Amino acid sequence: MSTISLNEVCMRTLGLENPWSMASYEKIGGYKIWRKIVTEKTPPEQIIEQLKLANLRGRGGAGFPTGLKWSFMSRNTPGQKYVVCNSDEGEPGTFKDRDILRFNPHQVIEGMAIAGYVMGATIGYNYLRGEFIEPFERCEQALNEARAAGLIGKNILGTDLNFELHHFLGAGAYICGEETALLESLEGKKGFPRFKPPFPANYGLYGRPTNINNTESYASVPVILQKGGQWFLDLGVPNNGGTKIFCISGHVNKPGNYEIPLGTPFKTLLEMAGGVRGGKQLKAVIPGGSSVPILPGATMMQLNMDYDSISKAGSMLGSGGVICMDENTDMVKVLERIAYFYYEESCGQCTPCREGTGWLMRTIKRIVSGKGQMRDLELLISVSDNIMGRTICALGDAAAMPVLSFIKHFRSEFEAYIQNG
Amino acid sequence: MEQLITFELTPKMRLDIDAWVNKFPPEKKSSAVIAALTIVQNQENWLSLAMMNAVADYLHMPQSAVYEVATFYSMYNLEPTGQYRIDVCTNVSCMLCGCDTIVAHLKERLNIGFGETTKDGRFTLKEVECLAACGGAPALQVDGQYHEHLTPEKVDAILARLEAKA
Repeated sequence: MSTISLNEVCMRTLGLENPWSMASYEKIGGYKIWRKIVTEKTPPEQIIEQLKLANLRGRGGAGFPTGLKWSFMSRNTPGQKYVVCNSDEGEPGTFKDRDILRFNPHQVIEGMAIAGYVMGATIGYNYLRGEFIEPFERCEQALNEARAAGLIGKNILGTDLNFELHHFLGAGAYICGEETALLESLEGKKGFPRFKPPFPANYGLYGRPTNINNTESYASVPVILQKGGQWFLDLGVPNNGGTKIFCISGHVNKPGNYEIPLGTPFKTLLEMAGGVRGGKQLKAVIPGGSSVPILPGATMMQLNMDYDSISKAGSMLGSGGVICMDENTDMVKVLERIAYFYYEESCGQCTPCREGTGWLMRTIKRIVSGKGQMRDLELLISVSDNIMGRTICALGDAAAMPVLSFIKHFRSEFEAYIQNG
Repeated sequence: MEQLITFELTPKMRLDIDAWVNKFPPEKKSSAVIAALTIVQNQENWLSLAMMNAVADYLHMPQSAVYEVATFYSMYNLEPTGQYRIDVCTNVSCMLCGCDTIVAHLKERLNIGFGETTKDGRFTLKEVECLAACGGAPALQVDGQYHEHLTPEKVDAILARLEAKA
């Protein structure tokens, strides 16, 4: 393992005393950029240019370029506009936002304030999942510090700039991580995703123009502006700028968050995580949260951790939730659990997903119970194919992709369950 | 005939709800409904129809809109629930890290299954989806706190602490 830079962006307060405090954040240059923007009135286009140069891609899972997204919402559109942060982290295998919120809340606040400035939004909401009580308290404490320092609120640093920020707590629903479901939830409704278009940039919270990014995306912004888009870009590889937090879990010796450059070989990440538990062989990896296709361990060992490499291999970098499974893992049972999750979390709005996820789960359960038949495998594939692309939001695809990929790579294990009863 | 029983929000509840209402535009009070239900539940341990109606009244929302929210989100308890709801994650990473042992231990110690409440009304056991604590799998949440890298011994210590807290 050569010199891999660790925790240089969102996790950079780690190791300091009370890393979540304003004092610690300012020690590493926190709020310097916000102060500069506020006092110099930096042209928003310049900020967007730096984000584009940095090639920051959305860290929530879709990988959409952040700079481009910010350019969709015009600062000059009249009326109220909003910036919203998606901290409804619930993608199985993902646990990075929780740590950003707990250990570096000020950086999210600064990132959101900058976003508000760039897009002319004077109000921001950070939507935390309901279970994040400890992170919520840390964020509230940080917000109070920022308000007291005149960095958030009315007449920021004595200027005519206003930016009010609020923290919101959900109440338990995976679907609210979908950006339009999150907006519905913020409006006090059940989390039913909306049809797109219109996109939130035109019709968002309360029907007003709204920018939504993931926690890690917002938290990356102050560092990019402080050190330059080129610096961030150079940390990663072409078209995959910067660092990414990888949440590695499952059968590894040192599970946890590792913020490393995009393009780092998976092999290196696995070494950092202490390798496979008990010195066993790596059988399979879900590289980007439970919604993305699973890949065989041998394939993963050849890949680099960036959007393009993982995508070329037939999966997705997604949220960065890397779930590792050793040679003794029962793949049929893992898929059974994943299928149950999507059945449980389907919001019920679209028929293919509402009915299909139940169908998938019941069929896999039947196979696990020894009552499966060979035609059940074709049934699983057919149901998955009929969910894919036929729902309002991505949860349908998210439920189908694991099924298709598990059968593709581990078909013999399903057949063994069926043959041996 | 539960509908006939009325429930009144306490002054403290109203105060707490008002703080949330203030986060939103004046005409968007209903944005506070998720928090309002949580505030009531934190006190009562569950949400009855009467409690939901009281929230609807206070936020000037149709009762049906409040029921829709209360029945959609998994953190709300729609029937009487123990003082402490133990939420155990059994999703993939926790499963790979042996949550079965933790679940079995909890069921045996409490002598209840998932969705059940102990006779003394102290604990309810619930299977939940990913808590975003996979790095500390197996994990559970109770009383607003996460507990990670669970072992049967750790579970015993958690239960003992909550029992002493009463």
